[in-house]
Amino acid sequence: MHKSYFTVVAVVLLSFLLLFTSACGNQSSSSKTIKIGANLELSGNVATLGQSGYNGIMLAVEEINKAGGVLGKQLEIVKYDNKSDNTEAASVATRLITQDKVVAIIGSMTSGNTLSYVNIAETNKVPVISPSATNPDVTVDPKTGKVREYIFRTCFIDPFQGTAMAKFVLDELKLKKAVVLKDNTAPYSVGLAKFFVEAFKNNGGEILADENYTSQDQDFRSVLTKIKGLNPEFIYVPGYYEQVGQIVKQARELGINVPMGGGDGWDSPKLVEIAGAAPLNNTFITNHYSSLMPDPKVQDFVKKYKEKYGSEPDAMAAVGYDTVLVLVDAIKRAGEATPEKIKDALKTTKDVEGVTAKISLDENHNAVKGLVILEYKDGKQTYKAYVNP
Amino acid sequence: MTEFIQQLINGISVGSIYALIALGYTMVYGIIKLINFAHGDVYMLGAFAGLYATAVLKMSFVPAMLVSMVACAILGIVIERLAYRPLRNAPKIVILITAIGVSLLLEYTTMYFLGPQPRAFPEVFKQVSYPLFGGKVTVSNRELLIIVVTVILMVLLQYIVHNTKIGKAMRAVSYDMQAARLMGINVDTTISITFAIGSALAAAAGVLVGIYYNKVWPLMGIMFGLKAFVSAVLGGIGIIPGAMTGGLILGITESLVSGYGSSLYRDPVAFVILIIILLVKPSGLFGKNVREKV
Repeated sequence: MHKSYFTVVAVVLLSFLLLFTSACGNQSSSSKTIKIGANLELSGNVATLGQSGYNGIMLAVEEINKAGGVLGKQLEIVKYDNKSDNTEAASVATRLITQDKVVAIIGSMTSGNTLSYVNIAETNKVPVISPSATNPDVTVDPKTGKVREYIFRTCFIDPFQGTAMAKFVLDELKLKKAVVLKDNTAPYSVGLAKFFVEAFKNNGGEILADENYTSQDQDFRSVLTKIKGLNPEFIYVPGYYEQVGQIVKQARELGINVPMGGGDGWDSPKLVEIAGAAPLNNTFITNHYSSLMPDPKVQDFVKKYKEKYGSEPDAMAAVGYDTVLVLVDAIKRAGEATPEKIKDALKTTKDVEGVTAKISLDENHNAVKGLVILEYKDGKQTYKAYVNP
Repeated sequence: MTEFIQQLINGISVGSIYALIALGYTMVYGIIKLINFAHGDVYMLGAFAGLYATAVLKMSFVPAMLVSMVACAILGIVIERLAYRPLRNAPKIVILITAIGVSLLLEYTTMYFLGPQPRAFPEVFKQVSYPLFGGKVTVSNRELLIIVVTVILMVLLQYIVHNTKIGKAMRAVSYDMQAARLMGINVDTTISITFAIGSALAAAAGVLVGIYYNKVWPLMGIMFGLKAFVSAVLGGIGIIPGAMTGGLILGITESLVSGYGSSLYRDPVAFVILIIILLVKPSGLFGKNVREKV
């Protein structure tokens, strides 16, 4: 009885020891590759944003690796799915930093998810670059007003996006009365709505109502009926495609035919599936890029993407691609692939030739870029205007 | 005024769905005093079955709905046989926990095989809006469909329960299971049929929701199931007309609160109603206060 008990304990202890040593053996000084983490929304209610972003990232990584890699080493992307959820995003970031020991993290596609781990990255001193989180709070801490040292993004920020749409509605569509319908559980939506409202009012427009929904809602008919009763000329829905699709569809079914609009959160191949092509007519969005832009860099990217994936690249794929280019540029200038040096090099990013624009990061670690305004016609995005930063 | 009518129409459509699902809850409770928490997930599987029928087998609306109802009826019988029948004589708490277990099993198995992504229903028939009162109120043919199908199914159910032998057996078993058995009624078969009918109704609701919102996903049964449960309790759990009324009341209240108050209070409305009814009249609107006779 005694003897067998002792052996059981010994075996258990031994196996624990073995497990520990094998796990700890994974230092990223395996020096053959540069490990970069990807914390992306690959499933959940904004899944296409992460999936497209990932496609763009991998296209860039493969190109660069084929051309010899960076500093003589191949790039290795360690990706995890944060399931479009804040808590999961934070736990993925922790895993990437402490277990996979990546030198930088690309992610996430949404502001809400990225915000959930900015503090973790700052504490552990690992740089994070988001391809598409547009809320200003991601790079600048709203409580102190100071820039977060290790957080960067390769896209524009929402004050620019909201203002651009407000001006477009007032100057181009010549509409003065708008209603806002936002997702008040998503920082992106709340922020973008706020900036639109400010700019709209400051330029002579009138906001008739500011309504809310949550990311769990499916049935918007009640709030839409209320909005219809106010007779707006334009409805701004700065949310994500899953629900925007439902909102546009249900609005048209209720007989609301005024123009509607939103931001880059609309951009997904699923939007047309959910809403239908006809309801999306007469809607406008601000976005990072359009695959229709005549710029040869864009067309070249579109061609390469189609060859590899068989579909048109959307804005998320383009910004994903550009983020890798910016990161690689920083690593090259840093001279070594360590988190601290990469962070310092990122701060001075200038004129990286990306697909979406020539990317330079300003003192707030944000990209100085223009945006495009697109209109949906028969389920397809058509190029309407370009707005300079 | 027209806005009020529009909100009413919205509320009646959603309320009809709650009513259809609530019927399953109430029938099962009436017959074996079990709150079948897995019922919301049968509704979800009904929606997926409808999706399969229309997208893969390319059926039109009515055959797809019938296929889905039959599939879920069979599923309901299987669940009853495997999970609930062995526990017929166990304490009520055991079977309640088992129901929760079945619910989680259905949800996560579906998620495992089909992924958590919401899927779109193919357009089974074109959506047409009918403007009334000079365009101020719009009713779509989908809302009319939901109301019509719900009414037909409820009338059918009432007929089965009150005018057929099996309905009589169901009522007998729900009054007193032992006495019914002594009278020669095959209690097991009756219970299975109750589950089958309840599940078929949930499946119909699932298909209608899939068409109306154009969206099905593995966890869709949670919120709707909970609200349907609240509807059943509101009307008086175990009482069939109660489920129908409870569903409609809940749907309309939700719609009015969401439209005139704030759309953020839509979900809490259901739970506030639950709390109020349990405090004020726990046996439900149609329920009778049954005192335990010693």
